[in-house]
Amino acid sequence: MIPLSSLNISFASIMPEMLLTGLALLVLVLDLFIREEKSVLGYVSVIGLIALIPVSARTIEAKASFGGMVMADEFAAYFNVIFIIAAIFTILISMDYLKKMNVRRGEYYHIILFSTVGMMVMASANDLVTLYVGLELMAMSFYILVAYRIASARSVEGGLKYFVLGALSSGILLYGISFTYGASGSTNLSEIARQLGGFQNPFLILGIVLITVGFGFKVAAFPFHVWTPDVYEGAPTPVTALLSIGSKAASFAAFMRVFMVAFPAFHAQWGEILWMLSAATMIFGSVVAIAQKNIVRMLAYSSIAHAGIIMMGLLVYNDLGAGGVLYYLLVYAFMNMGAFAIVALFRNDRIGESISDYSGLASRRPVLSFLMALFLLSLAGIPPTGGFAAKFFVFSAAIDARYYWLAAIGVVTTAISLFFYAKVIFYMYMREPDGEAVMPESGVLYNVVLLVTAFGTVFLGIYPTPFIDMAIKAVKPLLM
Amino acid sequence: MIQLVWLIPLLPLIGAIINGVAGSRMGKKAVGLVACLSMAAAFLISVSIFFSLIALPEEARSIEVGVFNWITSGSFQIDISFLVDPLSTLMILVVTGVGFLIHVYSAGYMHHDKSYWRYFSYLNLFVFFMLMLVLGSNYLVMFLGWEGVGLCSYLLIGFWYEKKSASDAGKKAFVVNRIGDFGFILGLFLLFWTLSSHGIHSLSYKTVFASVHELDPKVVTAIAALLFVGAIGKSAQFPLYVWLPDAMEGPTPVSALIHAATMVTAGVYMVARNNALYSMAPEVGQVVASIGIFTALFAASIGLVQDDIKKVLAYSTVSQLGYMFAAVGLGAYVAGVFHLMTHAFFKGLLFLGSGSVIHAMSGEQDMKKMGGLHRHLKTTSITFTIGALAIAGIPPLSGFWSKDEILWEAFSKGHLVIWAVGLLTAFMTAFYMFRQVFLTFSGECRADEHTKHHIHESPAIMTVPLMILAFLAIVGGVVGIPFFEGGSKLHHFLSPVLSHGSHAAAAVEGAGEAVAEAHSSLEFILMGVSVGAGVLGIFLAGLMYFPPLKSFAPSFWTAENMAGTFSPLHKLLYNKYYVDEIYDAVIVNPIKRLCGWCLSFDLGVIDGIVNSAAWITRFISWVSHKFDIYVVDGLVNSMATLVNFNSSIWRRMQTGYLQNYAFIFVLGVLIVLVRVLLG
Repeated sequence: MIPLSSLNISFASIMPEMLLTGLALLVLVLDLFIREEKSVLGYVSVIGLIALIPVSARTIEAKASFGGMVMADEFAAYFNVIFIIAAIFTILISMDYLKKMNVRRGEYYHIILFSTVGMMVMASANDLVTLYVGLELMAMSFYILVAYRIASARSVEGGLKYFVLGALSSGILLYGISFTYGASGSTNLSEIARQLGGFQNPFLILGIVLITVGFGFKVAAFPFHVWTPDVYEGAPTPVTALLSIGSKAASFAAFMRVFMVAFPAFHAQWGEILWMLSAATMIFGSVVAIAQKNIVRMLAYSSIAHAGIIMMGLLVYNDLGAGGVLYYLLVYAFMNMGAFAIVALFRNDRIGESISDYSGLASRRPVLSFLMALFLLSLAGIPPTGGFAAKFFVFSAAIDARYYWLAAIGVVTTAISLFFYAKVIFYMYMREPDGEAVMPESGVLYNVVLLVTAFGTVFLGIYPTPFIDMAIKAVKPLLM
Repeated sequence: MIQLVWLIPLLPLIGAIINGVAGSRMGKKAVGLVACLSMAAAFLISVSIFFSLIALPEEARSIEVGVFNWITSGSFQIDISFLVDPLSTLMILVVTGVGFLIHVYSAGYMHHDKSYWRYFSYLNLFVFFMLMLVLGSNYLVMFLGWEGVGLCSYLLIGFWYEKKSASDAGKKAFVVNRIGDFGFILGLFLLFWTLSSHGIHSLSYKTVFASVHELDPKVVTAIAALLFVGAIGKSAQFPLYVWLPDAMEGPTPVSALIHAATMVTAGVYMVARNNALYSMAPEVGQVVASIGIFTALFAASIGLVQDDIKKVLAYSTVSQLGYMFAAVGLGAYVAGVFHLMTHAFFKGLLFLGSGSVIHAMSGEQDMKKMGGLHRHLKTTSITFTIGALAIAGIPPLSGFWSKDEILWEAFSKGHLVIWAVGLLTAFMTAFYMFRQVFLTFSGECRADEHTKHHIHESPAIMTVPLMILAFLAIVGGVVGIPFFEGGSKLHHFLSPVLSHGSHAAAAVEGAGEAVAEAHSSLEFILMGVSVGAGVLGIFLAGLMYFPPLKSFAPSFWTAENMAGTFSPLHKLLYNKYYVDEIYDAVIVNPIKRLCGWCLSFDLGVIDGIVNSAAWITRFISWVSHKFDIYVVDGLVNSMATLVNFNSSIWRRMQTGYLQNYAFIFVLGVLIVLVRVLLG
């Protein structure tokens, strides 16, 4: 019998998750009473989330709690802030979007909040089982959100595909977890590392491969990315944004913690897998994106290519590389959200899908076009934007660790990626406007999202030092 | 209070952002209010910083205020931080004070413009960068401001970009400034490179000036010369002055603020700030002084015959900047900065006055079509005349004291040529300024009936700044009068900053002062001579252009007669020595021709090579085609089958069928597994 005190039951360490669960439940109950104006629920959620930022940023405990299940360290806090920011932006752009799409059901906000709880659990999980619970909570929420526009066949199709493939990948992940448990006798990450030592066990390697595949699915790494274009296209655009930012960041958080805490002794093995996946993902994502005519599919392949670059940072496995991952995801949250916000604004059932719909937008909407160009250039990694700083950070970490070929592939694919990002800018600025496509007015909420994301994108590029320092500090505990 | 110095640049920046983002929807009143209030607040803070500074003991009057750490890269670090010392305090007082008055004036002058908000956004942004330039405590912040004011100058010269001449003038200013800035940035690189080879990884003034003595004097000479190239561009000195006269295409208050009172004096400020470097490089000082005094004479001579009211002022500005460079080049930094300050008052006043005239004349700028405006524009004509008296060096107005100090420094340091040329320039200045005054305000109106009908005095929002500036142009010289108890107040205030160069320079300065005291009677005589030059200039201008005096003039002394008698000279001056044409012929057109050649080379030679290569390729391919058909056909066919098979797999990957997706997924798992477990 383990004495209770040694479990270190510290509710303070799960305070953000508890508060957010409470907020989600509150929204669900409020939904019963608010019949007409569902956007009130959105406002409540946003205010709650904003209030949660300082709480999450401060919930830092040096020791694992709940018997080693939860680790509320700086790493988790950094990610929690990214998740909350992504959720806030998503809800802000959802309010207009849902009205436009004529969706009037309030549990939408509730589910977004719950998916955010799942992400938080993933970031602070110090045990494979806790991790799995968080991952499923997030994934289940997304299955519903993707299929939320039940009137649209594409949305339902996307949801179903995501669900089936997600179930498959969860199965594979669980399979990997069970092999790991079999080899080490524990599901606790620190305990696994201690039990394994450096002992090479083929079943453990099998477990590592299968866990990699499970996470590879979530971050959309080649060849486990197949769901991405269809699901991104079918889902309501704000959900796509959250999927590409929050879900990806949470999966990388878990990915990092598992590999860096539980399997540091096997870096040679998983490093090799990640090398291949990273190179293949960067090449595949950026090459196939060129051929896309639909802007959401283009952004989907772009998000695949970015996953490859982020994976490179994870592979480097030192404070620069891992810190680079954190910084990259922070920047990505701003620039990708900005781009998706503009797409969500433009897109409706008929127009805004095709890149050619953006023709001549610059003469009709100069400010929006400028912002879109800014976000796309940041995604392409052009200075002085945050995208440049993030890519620079990750590539220089890779070069520092002598991954020359991988860094070279990263640089070349980045150059390729400029081609398809610039295509949209080309359409906006160089083409004559297309008669039909008219972008609707952006409301106040949209303007707030666009201004904040644009500011963040530029600011993180001009003045990255404090955020990079924070990221490096956050990954320090994982590298012990 | 001094710790709040960061607010001074921040306020105009906030104003620029508010007006830039929301200005188009705010209404003109709100836009003007935001811009002017931000300036007023910045000015008030500057004033209180000035008082806090003089309350400190003299040796403590240099305070660095850090704001944040901008870039850290290894041991190299750049801070955004500000230096509050007598020099920067004087500069911020001028920039925010004159800037505020010009903002207020602009609110009236630009009232009818449709892009009112854009104007004020740029103007505030300009002030922000200017303040960064003068307040920065290291070279990079100064450079940030240096480039920023250049940008804003470009934007404001081309403010009416629908007009081709305006957008061309903006481009010209930008390109010419790039030439200077190229030298400037090379100077910075050289400075940084030299310092880091001495183990110093900082570009803050304090460390640079403290360690400059350890550097090789030759390198310091090169740095000082390169930095001065930047000043030549920014402060419109010969041979890069050509952009400033064209810059008059911008709105008149812009000419007053940027192209008279503040930005163009940045070069003078830069040299004065780097006096530690320049006093180590006396040869460069000689060059600075020579270029300065030559530019002064050169521009003044062009100013004698120009007819455009703003062009005269533009050449006058170039000329006066030459004076300042002559002073700082001779090591008389205080005199240079003193003239910078008084020039900001009276030249700002003159430009605003000319704006008021142009406003009244419905946009007419040709002085030949003016005349007799005194009857209608009482305030403008009186204040303008005060400005003209100040620039002509008539005591006791401010211009007299500062100009005379420069001439005295030149004389007492033994540079008699510079003194003589300066005196001649002073005479010319008085002549062309009063030519302008008489042509504009006296005599009969030569405008057409329609314009005449519209002539009206400007509203109070424009005349009050004129009156304030006129007041400053009269009394602004008080701080630099050398006869008071304890000598010039300004000298006393600035000398801790401006003489921490080499000891040799300080010794020379000390000797100069000793001479000054010993020969104060000589100084009085020289003062008399320079006043005489000014009065003579005014008198001769009066004989030529002032109707009541014209009758006393000898018969040959008329504008037409003189232009006829000295027709080649007049033509040369009227066409500004053909400098623009020479530049076009020597630099611009050859470059254009080179571009043309490159194009035809590209079309002819390169394309020819490409085409012949293509032809050869086609030939080879024809050969290999035959080879293919008969030799490698079988091989090729099997390859083609393989490629087809591959591409169909890739194409089929995104079928949309879920079962295929799952298949790919599992296939991927298997491939990775096999690779890892076997490899």
